[in-house]
Amino acid sequence: MGTERLRQAFTNKAFIAFITGGDPSLEATRRYIGVLQRAGAALIEIGIPFSDPIAEGEVIQTASARALAAGTTPTRLLELVETVRREDGITVPLAFMTYLNPVFHAGYDAFLGAAARAGVDALIIPDLPYEEHGELRGAATRAGVALISMVAPTSLARTRQIARDAQGFIYLVSSLGVTGVRSEITTDIAPIVAAIRAETEVPVAVGFGISTPAQARAMAAQADGVIVGSAIVRLIAEHGEAADDAIAAFVGELAGALR
Amino acid sequence: MNGRFGIHGGQYIPETLMNAVTELAAAYAAAQADPGFTAELDALLRDYAGRPSRLYYAARLTAALGGAQVFLKREDLNHTGSHKINNVLGQTLLAQRMGKTRVIAETGAGQHGVATATAAALLGLDCEVFMGCEDIERQALNVYRMELLGAQVHPVTSGTGTLKDAVNETMREWTRRVADTHYVLGSVMGPHPFPTMVRDFQAVIGREARVQILEQAGRLPAAVIACVGGGSNAMGLFYPFVDDPTVALIGCEAAGAGVETPRTAATIATGALGVFHGMKSYFCQDDVGQIAPVYSISAGLDYPGIGPEHAFLHDTGRATYVPVTDDAAVDAFEFLARTEGIIPAIESAHAVAYAREYVPALSPDESVIICLSGRGDKDVAAIARYRGREMEG
Repeated sequence: MGTERLRQAFTNKAFIAFITGGDPSLEATRRYIGVLQRAGAALIEIGIPFSDPIAEGEVIQTASARALAAGTTPTRLLELVETVRREDGITVPLAFMTYLNPVFHAGYDAFLGAAARAGVDALIIPDLPYEEHGELRGAATRAGVALISMVAPTSLARTRQIARDAQGFIYLVSSLGVTGVRSEITTDIAPIVAAIRAETEVPVAVGFGISTPAQARAMAAQADGVIVGSAIVRLIAEHGEAADDAIAAFVGELAGALR
Repeated sequence: MNGRFGIHGGQYIPETLMNAVTELAAAYAAAQADPGFTAELDALLRDYAGRPSRLYYAARLTAALGGAQVFLKREDLNHTGSHKINNVLGQTLLAQRMGKTRVIAETGAGQHGVATATAAALLGLDCEVFMGCEDIERQALNVYRMELLGAQVHPVTSGTGTLKDAVNETMREWTRRVADTHYVLGSVMGPHPFPTMVRDFQAVIGREARVQILEQAGRLPAAVIACVGGGSNAMGLFYPFVDDPTVALIGCEAAGAGVETPRTAATIATGALGVFHGMKSYFCQDDVGQIAPVYSISAGLDYPGIGPEHAFLHDTGRATYVPVTDDAAVDAFEFLARTEGIIPAIESAHAVAYAREYVPALSPDESVIICLSGRGDKDVAAIARYRGREMEG
């Protein structure tokens, strides 16, 4: 289920949207998932908020804090995914993005089993690098959830090894630093994508810092998709419970830029 | 497996940093094998930091407690006033050897930040220190000291504004700028190779103490006692005694207002197995794995985790970890000042506090070593406030 749905997401250049689950409320997240799908997101990442998100910039840090203050838990987000799959006609692949500790605390098999049953297709853990994937991979395979590998500009010689074992899609980090909008992305990703392509057919999606149609188009031209997070989360920070139209317009424009 | 202590340790960090820690592990291994590096570090420890630190027989403290002979390992007499300089000199020399021109560090009480700023000044490296806004308030003197040494101090306002948040922000900064920058981690924590490397640099404490106690007491001590936040002074003291089964290894955690309250930082007493700040270990956390906001009067022990080697020593039963409250630590702070004329860091006072309970049950022909990891000048104003006295400046 998960693998097939992920493959379909990359039939054309994929626009991937990230939002923090529970920011500002679970009801809003439920609506925003629908808005994202209708606006053209080919895959939606839902962040399970963590108290200490060390790979995030200020925008997603504060979104995580808002979501936690609103009482968001992994269990409630699992229920939310189940609901949107059952009642809201959400058919695009869904990925959970969170840090390892909440997953470890829930138990790998228990968490991934519940995620798969709810309708989650992939899991992204920014503090679980390739070398430590082993402890989670078995549970992910048993559940049929793709454990996403990340590649960064600093991965260098490790890039090929990571690519060889990748599943679902590869999350290519566009530049150094934490998540957040950047006015300019200076990394030349072409050689990194080429190194990945030499090893695998698994699609490559580029994330970190992308916020404009021009950036999205430029990155998508060299890869299979783009991931936009902070720019959407910033709209939610600004509009709170009433961000529907702002998200629809913004995502519509960026997703449109890839066609 | 990379840097495992039993099930603990590992390298749970963002992909962007993996290459940096891999290079660091290789550079550290090469430096260890290079007599030139060791000689340079030893010379700095001797001529600059003032090592070996004294092992002082505390006769009045011994008499007051009425049990084993008490020896104090005087890390408070090192240059910069704490054990932190041991690790920092090692790491900054290594950073220089790796061609890095800039160092960054987190700090809680400010001791590690001051030590890093000091070594950076000595070696001509740029230095930026991240410190929680809460701690900046608690340790204003150390902030100025770092600035005096040429470092830039960044207040961290996220989370609880304490040590944990300072580590988060320093890690984020490292992912932003990694090529020319080394992260001087201040304790036996974080991703491999930090727990091993910092332990090795701090093990000079235990190596000296073991030789000194054999000279002065004629036999091994019954116990060695140290405070534990991340656990670097404790690990440095314990490590050379690990294979001496008759020597009890006792780590004193900060219980804050008490382990039965949420206002505590006692990780072994109240935490659970988890993964955070690059390592698998024990962490104070809630029932869904969110890291808990911890509390201690001591900014240096106000941390929700413990180094992975301590977690392993706890699992195997080789070391024992005990909680010590704010109240007990403040009492011990004052007690040592009056009994021996030594004002310990409030961190180290946690170890003194437990010794007051532990030592009286031992016999006078036994001995214990307490690590006085730092001096207490920085804490005087906070302790006065704790006792209801407002101090100027």
